[in-house]
Amino acid sequence: MSDLSSINTSERKQAQRPVSLFRNLSAKIASIPMILTALVVFVGGTAWTVVHSFTSSKLLPKTNFVGFEQYERLWTTRRWLVSLENLALYGILSLVFTLVIGFTLAALLDRKIRGENVFRTIFLYPFALSFIVTGLAWQWILNPDLGIQHVVRSLGWESFTFNPLNDPDIVMYGILIAGLWQGTGLIMVIMLAGLRGIDEDIWKAARVDGIGTVKTYVVVIIPMMRPVFVTALVLIASGIIKLYDLVVALTNGGPGIASEVPAKYVIQYMFRAQNLGQGFAASTMMLVSVAIILIPWAYLEFGGRKRG
Amino acid sequence: MVDLTSSRSLDGPRGPKPKRSFSRANIFLYGTLIVVSVYYLLPLYVMVVTSLKGMPEIRTGNIFSPPLEITFQPWVKAWAQACTGINCDGLSRGFGNSVKILIPSVVLSIAIASINGYALARWRFKGSEVFFSILIVGAFIPYQTMLYPLVIILREIGLMGDLGGLVLVHTIFGMPILTLLFRNYFASIPEDLHKAARVDGAGFWSIYFRIMLPMSLPIFVVAIILQVTGIWNDFLFGVIYTKPETYPMTVQLNNIVNSVQGVKEYNVNMAATLLTGLVPLIIYFVSGKLFVRGIAAGAVKG
Repeated sequence: MSDLSSINTSERKQAQRPVSLFRNLSAKIASIPMILTALVVFVGGTAWTVVHSFTSSKLLPKTNFVGFEQYERLWTTRRWLVSLENLALYGILSLVFTLVIGFTLAALLDRKIRGENVFRTIFLYPFALSFIVTGLAWQWILNPDLGIQHVVRSLGWESFTFNPLNDPDIVMYGILIAGLWQGTGLIMVIMLAGLRGIDEDIWKAARVDGIGTVKTYVVVIIPMMRPVFVTALVLIASGIIKLYDLVVALTNGGPGIASEVPAKYVIQYMFRAQNLGQGFAASTMMLVSVAIILIPWAYLEFGGRKRG
Repeated sequence: MVDLTSSRSLDGPRGPKPKRSFSRANIFLYGTLIVVSVYYLLPLYVMVVTSLKGMPEIRTGNIFSPPLEITFQPWVKAWAQACTGINCDGLSRGFGNSVKILIPSVVLSIAIASINGYALARWRFKGSEVFFSILIVGAFIPYQTMLYPLVIILREIGLMGDLGGLVLVHTIFGMPILTLLFRNYFASIPEDLHKAARVDGAGFWSIYFRIMLPMSLPIFVVAIILQVTGIWNDFLFGVIYTKPETYPMTVQLNNIVNSVQGVKEYNVNMAATLLTGLVPLIIYFVSGKLFVRGIAAGAVKG
């Protein structure tokens, strides 16, 4: 290094690379918001929460560490266990149904039909609406006294019972109905884009081989669309973990605690019950579960090609 | 033989007889699509008819029947008189708050993300990709782990409970997806253009403002659609980082409809719900293909 600078090429060298900190200075200044967000909020904030989940913080964050006490409390709290159970049920059903419905609708729209735009517009519009609007609309439709149950009963089927929002056993299915209504359009659009990317020759080859339409989809097309399915899966999964607004609007966790979810548990303890430590522990568990889902995926997707 | 076929081709169309459009497969196809469409349209229809009925009609009739007597009173009441707690000035306040949150959030988040994306695509520096990776990974971190630290940050800079605080929060959490969107778009603009501009002496900002910006109007429209619907529909941040006077529309709507006090006025509730959903719905129906492009862009992997 000193060798190089002593040689009389300093003028040329300077033109190539000035002091490295000031090189490309505008870009660095422009990136300050991104760097701050990444380091302070994403890394710093997450680390702060994880660290404070080991404290006995109540109304205000404190730093008297108590080990895993908050986690022990968390895993013996019925409300948390119910929340997890609900999220698992909702998550699995939502994943399966969203993929199946989304793909089926996309496949139907891909059959060169008339009015494709009209159907697509209809299937996708709920996605533009918020979970609050979705929840309130479905709360009204599922209203036991005036909604669907009432209409069917007034048609003569007196014993008809469909009151998911007030029945602890099936309340999550009621939330699922609304969630599917809101979210399937998105997956349909993504699947449709994937189907459009498939070479027309594949279809011709399948027809020559005498494979039926449905079988072609299952045996040939779906395996070809693996990346699209992975994208859809990640999208659905990250949406499921966030499940909060919809529950607040539809049932607010009720009846009792029958439809509580982890995200709501966190908000409840952090901002309502003034038990910050519990909230931090619960949110750390959410982070851990996301990591458990994402790390294998990231490894499969990027591990083979490049590190990181 | 050759003669025969060529003469036949003159007579009329060749090939197999076209399938009738009412084949069994088509009936199944369109039947399914129409049934599914009914499921998707039903809530919107029910909301509209309920919001146009009077309460007596709602109590006696069924939710699917069209209104016998159309009244716009519920809409007026939802907009100007509906109560949340002690305030009885309707959703208009929430609407005003949402607009005041929306406009600066959209402008700020897109300005920052587009410049970031531009720097990442064309002016990489040591470590820029690392920060970008953190940003993208951060998009998957549950918001719940970052909520409280942000409360502290906002309190420290004096924006907690303020509309400005919420603007900052939306800018932060909109950054990963928008930066990705702009980075990928700017990277697709031919690099020769960038090099030619540099040869002509243009720097970071002048290339951005005079070359990149004019060329990337479509991606800005996509970003605006993405942000307007996303921020308008937000509930979580609104409920945490604002106070009752500055509640955005979604939070106020939920408080109006799910309040436990008083007699439930379903027609007013549905009018209020529709009013809240109106902004994203209008954007959706007007923007059409661009909306689809926006969510497809949101779906691409980093």
